[in-house]
Amino acid sequence: MKTIVKVGLSTCGLAAGGQATYDALKAEAKSGRFPFEVQATGCVGACHREPLVDIVEDGATWLYGPISADRVAPLLEGHFRRGSHPETGNWLVSHRADRSDYPFLGRQVKVTTQLCGVIDPLSLDDYLAADGYRALQEALKMSPEAVVDVVKRSKLRGRGGAGFPTGTKWEAALKARGSAKYVVCNADEGDPGAFMDRTMIEGDPHRLLEGMMIAAHAIGAQAGYIYVRAEYPIAVKRLEIATRQAREAGYLGPNALGRGRPFDIIIKEGAGAFVCGEETALMHSIEGLRGMPRMRPPYPAQSGLWGCPTNINNVETYASVPSILLDGPDWFAGLGTPNSGGTKAFALTGAVVRTGLAEVPIGLPVRDMIFEVGGGIRHGRAFKAVQMGGPSGGCIPASKLDTRIDYEDLRATGAIMGSGGMVVVDETTCMVDLTRFFLEFTQSESCGKCVPCRIGTRKMLDTVRRFTHGEGEPDDLAKLPELAEMVRVTSLCGLGQTAPNPVLTTMRYFRDEYEAHVHERLCPAGACAALRRG
Amino acid sequence: MVELTIDGRPLQAREGSTVLETALANGIDIPRLCYHPELLPSGACRLCLVEVEGRPAPVVSCGLTVAPGLKITTQSERLYRYRREVISLLLSDHPLRCVVCDKAGKCGLQKYAYEFGLAESTFRVEISRSLYQDDNPFFVRDHQACILCGRCVRVCDEVVGANAIEQAGRGFFAHVATPFDMPMVESSCVFCGNCVALCPTSALMPKARLKQGREWDLECTRTVCGYCGVGCTVEIMTSSKGQIVDVRGDTGSPATSVNGEMLCVKGRFGWEFLQHPDRLTKPLVRRDLAERMGLASHPPAPLSVHGEGGERAPRPPLSARGEGVGGEVTPVAPPSPVGKGAGGLGPSSPFVEVSWDAALDLVASRLAETVRAHGPDAVAGLASAKCTNEENYVFQKLMRVALGTNNVDHCARLCHASTVAGLARSFGSGAMTNSIREIRDADCVLVTGSNTTEAHPVISYEIVRAVRRGASLIVVDPRRIALAEKATLFLQPLPGTDYVVFLAMIDAIIRNGWLDHEFVETRTEGFEAMARSVSRYTPELASKVSGVPADLILRAARVYALGLRAAEAERTLTPPSAPLSREAGEGSGVRGASSILYAMGITQRSHGTDIVQTLANLAMVAGQIGRPSTGVNPLRGQCNVQGACDAGALPDLYPGYQRVADESVRRTMAERWQVESLPDSPGLTVVEMMHAALRGDVKAMCIMGENPMVSDPNLSHVKEALSSLPFLVVQDIFLTETAQLAHVVLPATAFAEKSGTYTSTERRVQLLRPAIEAPGEAREDLQIVAELARRIDAKLGVSRPAGYWDFPTQAAAMLELGKSAPIYGGITHERVADGGLCWPCPSADHPGTPILHVGRFTRGKGLFHAIEYQPAAEVPDAEYPLILTTGRMLYHYHTGSMTRRDERLDWREPRAYAEINERDAQEAGVRDGGPVEITSRRGTIRSQARVGNRVPAGVVFVPMHFAEAAANVLTQDSTLDPVAKIPEFKVSAVRIGRPTRARVPGR
Repeated sequence: MKTIVKVGLSTCGLAAGGQATYDALKAEAKSGRFPFEVQATGCVGACHREPLVDIVEDGATWLYGPISADRVAPLLEGHFRRGSHPETGNWLVSHRADRSDYPFLGRQVKVTTQLCGVIDPLSLDDYLAADGYRALQEALKMSPEAVVDVVKRSKLRGRGGAGFPTGTKWEAALKARGSAKYVVCNADEGDPGAFMDRTMIEGDPHRLLEGMMIAAHAIGAQAGYIYVRAEYPIAVKRLEIATRQAREAGYLGPNALGRGRPFDIIIKEGAGAFVCGEETALMHSIEGLRGMPRMRPPYPAQSGLWGCPTNINNVETYASVPSILLDGPDWFAGLGTPNSGGTKAFALTGAVVRTGLAEVPIGLPVRDMIFEVGGGIRHGRAFKAVQMGGPSGGCIPASKLDTRIDYEDLRATGAIMGSGGMVVVDETTCMVDLTRFFLEFTQSESCGKCVPCRIGTRKMLDTVRRFTHGEGEPDDLAKLPELAEMVRVTSLCGLGQTAPNPVLTTMRYFRDEYEAHVHERLCPAGACAALRRG
Repeated sequence: MVELTIDGRPLQAREGSTVLETALANGIDIPRLCYHPELLPSGACRLCLVEVEGRPAPVVSCGLTVAPGLKITTQSERLYRYRREVISLLLSDHPLRCVVCDKAGKCGLQKYAYEFGLAESTFRVEISRSLYQDDNPFFVRDHQACILCGRCVRVCDEVVGANAIEQAGRGFFAHVATPFDMPMVESSCVFCGNCVALCPTSALMPKARLKQGREWDLECTRTVCGYCGVGCTVEIMTSSKGQIVDVRGDTGSPATSVNGEMLCVKGRFGWEFLQHPDRLTKPLVRRDLAERMGLASHPPAPLSVHGEGGERAPRPPLSARGEGVGGEVTPVAPPSPVGKGAGGLGPSSPFVEVSWDAALDLVASRLAETVRAHGPDAVAGLASAKCTNEENYVFQKLMRVALGTNNVDHCARLCHASTVAGLARSFGSGAMTNSIREIRDADCVLVTGSNTTEAHPVISYEIVRAVRRGASLIVVDPRRIALAEKATLFLQPLPGTDYVVFLAMIDAIIRNGWLDHEFVETRTEGFEAMARSVSRYTPELASKVSGVPADLILRAARVYALGLRAAEAERTLTPPSAPLSREAGEGSGVRGASSILYAMGITQRSHGTDIVQTLANLAMVAGQIGRPSTGVNPLRGQCNVQGACDAGALPDLYPGYQRVADESVRRTMAERWQVESLPDSPGLTVVEMMHAALRGDVKAMCIMGENPMVSDPNLSHVKEALSSLPFLVVQDIFLTETAQLAHVVLPATAFAEKSGTYTSTERRVQLLRPAIEAPGEAREDLQIVAELARRIDAKLGVSRPAGYWDFPTQAAAMLELGKSAPIYGGITHERVADGGLCWPCPSADHPGTPILHVGRFTRGKGLFHAIEYQPAAEVPDAEYPLILTTGRMLYHYHTGSMTRRDERLDWREPRAYAEINERDAQEAGVRDGGPVEITSRRGTIRSQARVGNRVPAGVVFVPMHFAEAAANVLTQDSTLDPVAKIPEFKVSAVRIGRPTRARVPGR
């Protein structure tokens, strides 16, 4: 059996110098010193150890990292001539197939990312060899109603953050009357610190296509759109290659769904607007209009793209579907909590020891995520908070660390599941300043349509900014949450409705920091430059 | 109906309506800024939040559809707080310049600031935008005052369809912008100003309105627009000085008018002509004629005559305006020999101002003498589509009764004579079958021979709305007009060949089982013969003749016949290669509503009547008539062209379309008009009058408010004809090209200076109200005509019952019109004062008839006509290889006498031009923007080339409005439609070339 050396060449791998590692390995392979072949793959999730090199031999795996180009020769020496290079052992991340020997990977349950870092994302054959498109074949044997039923039973909920039951959504689109229907994938991942969609698309693009095809069959769509950030050039490219391959192989095209039913997928690049992650704004953007949200109802299932019934889900939601079809809805539902099945991928970043993409079962306590998967706080500092769901989310303080990662439980804390961004901050971060950062983001990304979001977020930002400059007034401490509440309740779309979340949660859990800024003109974390003492 | 509760009141609401609409309809006021009843709800301002029982958070009522059992609360402590906060946020980004703001008193933000007791914002003031854009003469954009309610953007998109503006930028710095923030004129803006009208603050203001007084200082007069035939209600705003400062749509009761608050650029901004110094203020007579008649006894004030540059007499003060018109007949000393040759008279002799008395007496004697010497038919008259029903009625009565001739016509002859004839033959009534507001609810709209966007903008808004609601749009036009961009199916036949496309559509409908069997059987006659004759027009044959792909013809036939909406029509198209087979029972299923709209592209043809009847056939085979949002709808050109026809200003028809040739009708009319007899043969039509003048058969003409010197075909011939007339009197508001050829010119009043009624294209009779005073001694046409009639009677020694010609008011004339024309029987000024009535309205209690032919055609059964395709009269050949087609454009109107005197309209479109296809331009060596010479068998004009692909190769388009490069120099008047006698403006053979030597441009 041939030895295959896989190099993670997703954005994180490439940023860490993976291309040079890959080239060095290629050269080594050509030299014939050691018997192996080199293969590009996606990211296994352990971004903190990129560039990752996985040596696969007879079903066994040795995952090493970080392996910069200059470590290639020593690594090969050390790996193939066991022990000949002592450092190799330090570089070893995991050598078990289930990765249980590496805490970051050990607690994870990989469903949507199961092939990321395993297969070559540019190879349809790799995907097919890993049961790719088998779920589609299964689905096509079933009636649309039966497919919808399976998805309902799986308890899959929208992974974009709102957590609407996916099967129910599909059912609405299936039942909606209309000769033309669409499936749309929201891959406009805009939260700062989030990269779930990017990793999935870059590592396993066909899984997304397959999920969309199954959805198309289930609702009766003839065309699909993937709305993907233009800031993800590699993801865009891999999607283009994957759709081309699928078209050539007949998975897309005039007879994609069998019995002469056509289906094709069009890749639509965004233009850098955060608000286009909102589904109605996203559809406007696809239609060539300015990406501005509109009121719902009508919901996309009744009147979506060009007024036609449309099902819109995010990348992770579609990517969950093939596994549900293959392994059964009960298995999927069993992974999560009674209300919510399956797994959720998180982009774990910030002050933790191990950053990266972690897919965990729904219901895992936040504490486990940070301290086991993430390995705790760097530099031995104290945990302060974790910001869930990016600028539209909220923070969870140490006192709430035992909260389970579930839609309802998280909402009870004031934070949200969100799409999966998880930014951990330690004692050196000022929560007021962090709030300012997120408000600056939401304010500048507001579409400007509705008054509370356009002007209300500006006024919130104005107030918080004054706090960080030591110009806050006691009165502001009372007025800020009032305004935040008004913006939350009265805004038109999700962006405005969630923009006050950072304000509301930090003021709830870290009011003392706000008071220090205002009453004492002091930044306890020492982060606000204007308030630093001599 | 849906039952719900608002503020404890049980209410009934229309299914699908919103809570806000329901509340407002029931007198429950909910604060709102971004909502407008004519726009889709947007939810931007968040003011209209209400509490819904069972929901934790408030919901915006503009986006909340009514549902049974909903319990709504519109006022609560929490709602008050949120709403006040919204206003406070808006005020923090709005300069509080209310004390100097022209919008004060009418500003939505000011209103709510007052209601919520906010003298200023509770937040820190930060103005996000400081841009003040003054880049066009129509309106200014003050971004500081903008509250981003989005109404301007939405009206531009949802109603006008111009999409000139959109919101740009993000967050706090979002603003309304043209593409790349370029000046308005660089955008697709059509300057309709509907954005200005709907702006709740002073962010968009009409430029002319600025610093002209506060809202409460202005006087508002609700009347009818004097431009096209749509019949928009306008509110003329005048300052305390009596100057017009603004014109608005109907803000009072928008739901009852055809346009609501919407207008087009001409209606909203094109009012400068009304108070223009060029307005005629005194009667004018040729100096040599005046001298010979001894009229120039008052110091003869030399008048500026075109080309002479003389000084104009100052306008007399209003107090010195002309003596009354009360019937005094002042004898004028010795009638000089007139009638023969009129030697020395004509354009060479300048005009002098004379008194009304002298002028009227001169005209009366000349006309009376002509009748006496040469018989009544030596006189001919042109009534006017710009004058009121009452005026046209009295004018035709003057011709028929006082002068004794049926030689009365008007420019409807040149636009919709074929409609009047064709639809009368097919249906029994020659007018729009349905009303304008129904268009928005159609499932399919077929537009042909109408550049609706430019010629009837407010009707195009209805089409845009229909398309927005999912209707399919089929455009059949030789030019790639603006609507083609919004069309589901665009068929582009060569000029003159559309006809065969419709024949093929009818055939396809019959062959493929898309016809409405039941309708054809029960409601029509003559089907078999028509079906037989049409069977040879296969899509393939039609395609060969017209250049339209056969499958497109088939699809259009199916979509139209079944009334398919755009989504369903799209299915017709996918997959494109699928054959269109008969789907079982398609023709017998439920049909959507399809409406045909057409204009002069259909009628101004040598077989216009046939084509109109073909459209009637098309509607009947598909059963697309007699229901709401269906029908065959001719769009009439001028404000009262419908009414001028209704009032009998036609040589073969009395008021109310009663046939002159019918003896019993004649007898009835004679009785009604208290005369012994009336002339029995139909009179001359417009073009025939010109031929007759040239032959010397017509020796005197009265022209009321018409300008044949620009509007009629073959202008050199018209000029020759009019110049050869021994006597020509013109009454108008300007010294038009035609008036310049007259012997006597009488100053008349414009629409904004009088009362009376106009009948719009949808047969709606509406009341005018005077908003401003007439300039100088200008008099109402009604009084001019009535006084002439009195004096002619006197000259001819005819005595009539007392007060026979007395029409002290327009209302009095309407009473007589109502008695003469049964379709107007129930119409009085009182009844049409608010919103108008659609004829037929035969009795005082009749509610009017917005939809014709419901259940029964006017003539009983709809009559199919077997029609054979006939090519245009003049086809291209080697010498004249291109086809010229003429028409209108947005910024000018008819012969340009009004719009070209408006500085703003003139700013936007100052020059004549010709649209030429790139291929033809290249062959002729003509470049875009460069000079081009266009020559037909009749003459040559020189114009500026607009090279592009709006016209297909082989076709040239020239707008009709520019006298200096008049399209009608090129058109032909020799072949007329055999029935309607309409000339073929739409097809002439021409050649183009680059002018060889420079020539001083005319005008």
